[in-house]
Amino acid sequence: MKTKVGETFSGHRGLDFAQPLIFEQDTPGITGVDLPAPSHHRERLGSLRRSTRLGLPGLSEPDVVRHYTRLSQKNYSIDSGFYPLGSCTMKHNPRLNEKMARLPGFADLHPFQPVSTVQGALKLIDRLAWWLKELTGLPAVAMTPAAGAHGELCGLMCIRAALEAEGGAREVVLVPDSAHGTNPATAALVGYRVESIPATLTGRLNVEAVKERLGPDVAAVMITNPNTCGLFESDALEVADAVHDAGAYFYMDGANFNAIVGRVRLYDLGVDAMHINLHKTFSAPHGGGGPGAGPTVLSKELASYAPVPFIIHDQDGFRIEEHSGYNIAANSYGRMKGFHGQFGVFVRSLAYIMSLGIDGLKKASGDAVLNANYLLARLSQELTPSFPGSCMHEALFDDRFLEGTGVTTLDFSKAMIDEGFHPMTMYFPLVVHGAMLMEPTETESKATLDQFVHSILCLARKAKAGETNHFTQAPRFAPLRRLDETRAARAPILRWKPEELRQAAE
Amino acid sequence: MRYLPHTDVERRDMLAAIGAKRLDDLFVDIPQSVKDSALFNLPQHLSEMEVENSLALLASENINCGDAPCFLGAGAYRHHVPASLDYIIQRGEFLTSYTPYQPEISQGTLQAVYEFQTQVALMTGMEVANASMYDGATACAEAAAMACRVTKRGKVLMSGSVHPQYRDVTKTALKFTGVRVECLVPDPTGVDDLTELVSRDLACVVVQTPGFFGHLQDVSSLAEACHAQGALLVVCVTEPVSLGIVKLPGDMGADIVVCEGQSIAGSLSFGGPGVGLFATREKFVRQVPGRLAGQTTDQDGCRGWVLTLSTREQHIRREKATSNICTNSGLIALAFSVHMTLLGEAGFRSLAELNHAKAVSLAERLEAIDGVKIETPAFFNEFAVNLPKSATYIAEVLAQDGILGGVPASRFYPTDPKLENLLLVAVTETNTDSDLEAFLVAMKEALA
Amino acid sequence: MSNIKYTEEHEWIRLDGDIATVGITQYAQTQLGDVVYVEVPEPGKHLTARGEAAVVESVKAASEVYAPVSGTVTEGNRVLVDAPETVNNDPTDEGWFFRMTLTDVRDLDGLMDQSTYDAYVSELSD
Repeated sequence: MKTKVGETFSGHRGLDFAQPLIFEQDTPGITGVDLPAPSHHRERLGSLRRSTRLGLPGLSEPDVVRHYTRLSQKNYSIDSGFYPLGSCTMKHNPRLNEKMARLPGFADLHPFQPVSTVQGALKLIDRLAWWLKELTGLPAVAMTPAAGAHGELCGLMCIRAALEAEGGAREVVLVPDSAHGTNPATAALVGYRVESIPATLTGRLNVEAVKERLGPDVAAVMITNPNTCGLFESDALEVADAVHDAGAYFYMDGANFNAIVGRVRLYDLGVDAMHINLHKTFSAPHGGGGPGAGPTVLSKELASYAPVPFIIHDQDGFRIEEHSGYNIAANSYGRMKGFHGQFGVFVRSLAYIMSLGIDGLKKASGDAVLNANYLLARLSQELTPSFPGSCMHEALFDDRFLEGTGVTTLDFSKAMIDEGFHPMTMYFPLVVHGAMLMEPTETESKATLDQFVHSILCLARKAKAGETNHFTQAPRFAPLRRLDETRAARAPILRWKPEELRQAAE
Repeated sequence: MRYLPHTDVERRDMLAAIGAKRLDDLFVDIPQSVKDSALFNLPQHLSEMEVENSLALLASENINCGDAPCFLGAGAYRHHVPASLDYIIQRGEFLTSYTPYQPEISQGTLQAVYEFQTQVALMTGMEVANASMYDGATACAEAAAMACRVTKRGKVLMSGSVHPQYRDVTKTALKFTGVRVECLVPDPTGVDDLTELVSRDLACVVVQTPGFFGHLQDVSSLAEACHAQGALLVVCVTEPVSLGIVKLPGDMGADIVVCEGQSIAGSLSFGGPGVGLFATREKFVRQVPGRLAGQTTDQDGCRGWVLTLSTREQHIRREKATSNICTNSGLIALAFSVHMTLLGEAGFRSLAELNHAKAVSLAERLEAIDGVKIETPAFFNEFAVNLPKSATYIAEVLAQDGILGGVPASRFYPTDPKLENLLLVAVTETNTDSDLEAFLVAMKEALA
Repeated sequence: MSNIKYTEEHEWIRLDGDIATVGITQYAQTQLGDVVYVEVPEPGKHLTARGEAAVVESVKAASEVYAPVSGTVTEGNRVLVDAPETVNNDPTDEGWFFRMTLTDVRDLDGLMDQSTYDAYVSELSD
């Protein structure tokens, strides 16, 4: 297995370091942590003491710091550049959030301290909950889901619990064919069959198709609004009314909340439940894949089924209702995760929300939509927008403009990497061919957008001029180039193995 | 506003390029009635300084574990985290990067995940591990669901040793799937023998060691009993520091091991975000939920890593996915991995030895108090103490004395009278000799 | 090969005596991309027409392979488990998925023949 060698003796190339695995840097006995020696004591491990080695590598502190510093330098990030990823809302992650989350009065709290000692923490959760309820107009919020998909699960479980209480869970959940994969995956976890609703030629939900399909077997409709094509579902109210008339519930996927925050109250759209991705709209950092948080606002009808725990504010102060089946949580469908929710993420989001205020949040959604339309307008010079008219916070193109060039959406994205931009979302939504979904967010300056537009237009012209090699040979400047995903999936190597194990396998 | 880069001139220019007269024109698809009723009674923006003052005030209304000797466990453990760790995870390239779907520009994350997966496999004695789940409790639920898929059976048995919140989360997650989850009544005085209860209709048995009441358990014979009936053994570990000196679940025959990684990642943070570790046998890998990083080569033959086996996941498999999980716990998994790298084999063992030594020291001195009985003969760093008075009352009195002296078991089992006087006490390397002294003095006073 | 029939889901089925062999077509393997994993059914498994019989995974997609007609599996092609790329290299011969006996030979009449399938595919590609 080769590491990057050839031009230099070390294998490094200037600031691009070829960094081996920690297991390949093992010096037995070395450690990066000094601990005091334990006092002499009797052992009370029963028969459970382990005498064998684990095989963990030992490195000194300087080598560990160097290792991770070098790894970090191979990563693209919001701090370093623009991520036009659709429905991900890759906005700036303020360091104020990090500073607040690290206050000992927040970071050094144990979840099971007596409630009297954590009134400030409970107040914080309650405060964030209040903001989310006010912003959406819904009366209740389940704070504990750990991510968006988890919030979808919460919403659908509330819906199923409510329907069961009303006489029957029903069988089917309707989902647009442009829906994110978590939607049908979640519905299946709650025991529902999923049926697709097609879009119209304008990229919006086919309301007639929904109305036709609604019936006593339909439990809920899951809609994203704006939808995954970046378009506002203008008939949302009509859909909501039809759904409610049929005795079903209206779930909203809140991944695209950044387009309408401060401008639309979900209550006014007839929404019964919606999850909010705090790591999208409310700036909690993506951390290379998480953690997130997915608090889910709930209508009056669904509120009593919300999962525990929830914060109660009464005359004695704040307390936590931790058990379902009793008192105020009598109808709660259960518990979704350990402890009290993603508290560290709550602190970060609340710091952001307080910084922006309602005036800032409204300005933010305005700029988010402005930026996306700016990209749509300027890129349409060479790219093919999938739907007519303006968009919301994200713009959808497809690969028609690449027809006959021999360049695929994938190839195009690799050329973008050389230009210093993270590629946009590709091949999603599935409703158009070779989709390219771009969400700039409000924290990108006009200068950045102009630079991006310039690069993309030049690339598009290059592709149309037949310079296919420029794309199929890309990326040239990334630390690695076109990794073999087939090889990784055919014979998966999911961990490093010590020599003996590896040799035995051969 | 400091996060918004546009000037009004720029906004006008952009509108002109779009061909719109006003920003409102871009929101034309929203019904006017909806726009009109979007009135909010919410505060305006604040400067950084004002936000800091406001939140610092809220923080000051809490007693934090740095200010009071802390003996709290019950699934979350306070350990010392080296300064290098927080510095590393605050590097913008880790903190503000996205899921590594573009591997060429995400090798930092992908290599770190591959190393994390390896560390988790080594620490649990298993063959493969995934890139993490939300937390230990949801990992436990996912393990039960996976066992049902693998065995094609619909019943799960959960030991009384399993953390009550893990039991609740598992029951809730499987509530509408037709799978029956049976939870045994917890017995704080011992380790329940489940070998007799393993039947051919079971998908899995779920146990925890060290258990919720602190008990260390050899699950080897239980593993054999499960395998004889074609069922899987799922082992939960809420305190993975224990793995520094105790027998590994994998070596005892576990099929799936799930852990809460918070204690090593260092993120106490009032219980979240944590990180769920998930490890299993290679033969089950296509049934594993969550992301997986795999090794491969690029077109120049250089080694690199990619997310792989993605066809199990929601974005491809949709309703047939192994789970609906999308976002996981990336940064916390990184923190876990960095700490484990700093510790290494020797340091991890030392940390575990120190924890056990301090816990034994406190246990011995507690036992010496009249009326106090330790119910856990074999433990790692947490044990169950039976007191002559209500544990909730004692914990409250200790708190008033400025000591976070333990978690009452009745907080989790409010209707079980057997557990009313039971206090769960955890001791870690962060507890100093004066902490232990203060605790004992306050305990004696509270019991008097 | 006049005894090969096709389904709308791009499976082919070829009858030799009492045993039919089932695989996926050239069009299907091109659509899938590099096949990375295959799950074939066990002998003795009962299949209903249009029911799930096998699974084929590529890097970017996972698809069910459906039984073209009802019957019972006699053999799954274990070669595909170790060498899934065979499906890409030779989908119509070495890349067969499973063999089965048929409940009723006449069920084959309802499937497309070569020329009908070819026309169907060219319509899809437009």
